[in-house]
Amino acid sequence: MPAAMPLSPQRRRFLMDTARMAGGCALAGGALAWLARDARALPADALRPPGALPEAEFLGACIRCGLCVRDCPYDTLTLAELGADGPATGTPFFTARDVPCEMCDDIPCVVACPTGALDPGLRDIDEARMGTAVLVDQENCLNFLGLRCDVCYRVCPVIDEAITLELSHNDRSGHHAIFAPTVHAEHCTGCGKCEKSCVLPEAAIKVLPMRLARGAPAEHYRKGWEEMEEKGGPLVEGVIDLPDRLPGPGTDNLAAPGGFEPSFTLPASPVPGAGE
Amino acid sequence: MKEKTNLPVGEEAIRLKGWWRAHRFLLLRRLSQGFFLLLFLLGPWFGLWWVAGTLAGSRTFGLLPLTDPLVLAQSLAAGHWPELTALIGAAIVVMAYLLIGGRVYCSWVCPINPVTDAAHWLHVRLGLQKGWQPKRHTRLWLLGTVLAVSALTGSIAWEAINPITMLQRGLVFGMGFAWALVALVFLFDLLVSRRGWCGHLCPVGAFYGLLGTHSLLRVSAAGRAACDDCMDCFAVCPENQVIAPALRGKDGETPLILSPDCTNCGRCVDVCSVDVFAFTHRFDSHIDAPSSPPERSRHSAA
Repeated sequence: MPAAMPLSPQRRRFLMDTARMAGGCALAGGALAWLARDARALPADALRPPGALPEAEFLGACIRCGLCVRDCPYDTLTLAELGADGPATGTPFFTARDVPCEMCDDIPCVVACPTGALDPGLRDIDEARMGTAVLVDQENCLNFLGLRCDVCYRVCPVIDEAITLELSHNDRSGHHAIFAPTVHAEHCTGCGKCEKSCVLPEAAIKVLPMRLARGAPAEHYRKGWEEMEEKGGPLVEGVIDLPDRLPGPGTDNLAAPGGFEPSFTLPASPVPGAGE
Repeated sequence: MKEKTNLPVGEEAIRLKGWWRAHRFLLLRRLSQGFFLLLFLLGPWFGLWWVAGTLAGSRTFGLLPLTDPLVLAQSLAAGHWPELTALIGAAIVVMAYLLIGGRVYCSWVCPINPVTDAAHWLHVRLGLQKGWQPKRHTRLWLLGTVLAVSALTGSIAWEAINPITMLQRGLVFGMGFAWALVALVFLFDLLVSRRGWCGHLCPVGAFYGLLGTHSLLRVSAAGRAACDDCMDCFAVCPENQVIAPALRGKDGETPLILSPDCTNCGRCVDVCSVDVFAFTHRFDSHIDAPSSPPERSRHSAA
């Protein structure tokens, strides 16, 4: 009976070569994976074209052909260049402050996309969600200072829906209004016209990617007033809704436990026109 | 070794056939490479949008879609099912290369080919050692790796560094630092590994090689009886392992170069002073009879 057969030299060599090759490929593949994953960090000021799939899916779908860029009539879109731009090399993006999206009705960039990286299901440009405008700097926004700039509001293609002017009292001057530009994310397409046209040297309103612009409602959090409206009545049957007992004139609970009395009262002032 | 073996490569062919005929396919190839690049540049340079896009995906005359099948394969591996346009585009490209040989892409279209050819030219001029020579099938392993990484990361992985599309997109859309990748490939071929990139590593070439395994267009060493062992074809061929089976085949063995590694570049046709090689199709396996009693002393002919 022969002793344990030694591996033939050819077989040994084959196994060694294969192991070496597999090791080399694992190394190369690891480096490539690191590069490919690294490209996922889309910078905050780079916006994808309308209809773009979520970034992780987009990078698996976009073949970097540039046809969307070619068909963009306003030269809004560019392809990211290696080392010069933040997004994954060769993928389309735009910078709102440079050239915003003009929101063409026929969405030619989506039509041009051969792979569906820009979702052909997007037919109405108002449904696009390239990002969401956020008024990031209330301290410098002219409208918040009490002036009437209104430019972001005026240029908004979805005016009065995506951006409204909310009136409030101007406490500084005491007798003016503040017209606060207010973004309503459910209508904002993220086109970036507001950011582009902000008159300040650095825009006070910016379009941010959804992940930065928005929070998310907690799944478990149920809003009582919505639930009540849905049900059309109190959620728990038989709860007696007692009158609210508030401090103030006309109520009798000023000294009740938990109640309070004001520490001072204004001296009674003569009422103008009372004929005194 | 034959006396002629020591002559500079191609000298005999230039003397007998003239410089132009001895560089016919090389010149045609450069024209073809320039042509395919120019097609994409007509738009951005002259406003003639006959062809828009890049090698990864394009649209010709607003109608004909073409898609790089390897890019699409990575997209599929990444878990994205593309729209019909891209699938049709890839099918057309696959069909074309099934016919004319996958690696025709490498030698007649790919913009990196002039770069690595230039590196090889300088490499020979400087008389450098051939350096690191990984096995030819390394590229197949890398092709598998690229597809695996695409599947694992859910992205089109090779496009993160693919010097081919980087260079072409760079010229058509804007270069950024893509030139650095191209320079790396050049330096790699010049200093690290003779014919290293296209010949051993590039997974795109590996993919197109697989595509052309059964392609119709082939080079045949039909005139192999006339071979005078000058070795010039071995010297110019970027994949010279493909020549021997056809050229040195015994009687009854096919003169066709059937290896999928052959790029159909035609340099062997150019450089042969006795016209051993010719383009033909894969079913044409005829062998020219020796016109005069062979003066050579090949063992197989003895």
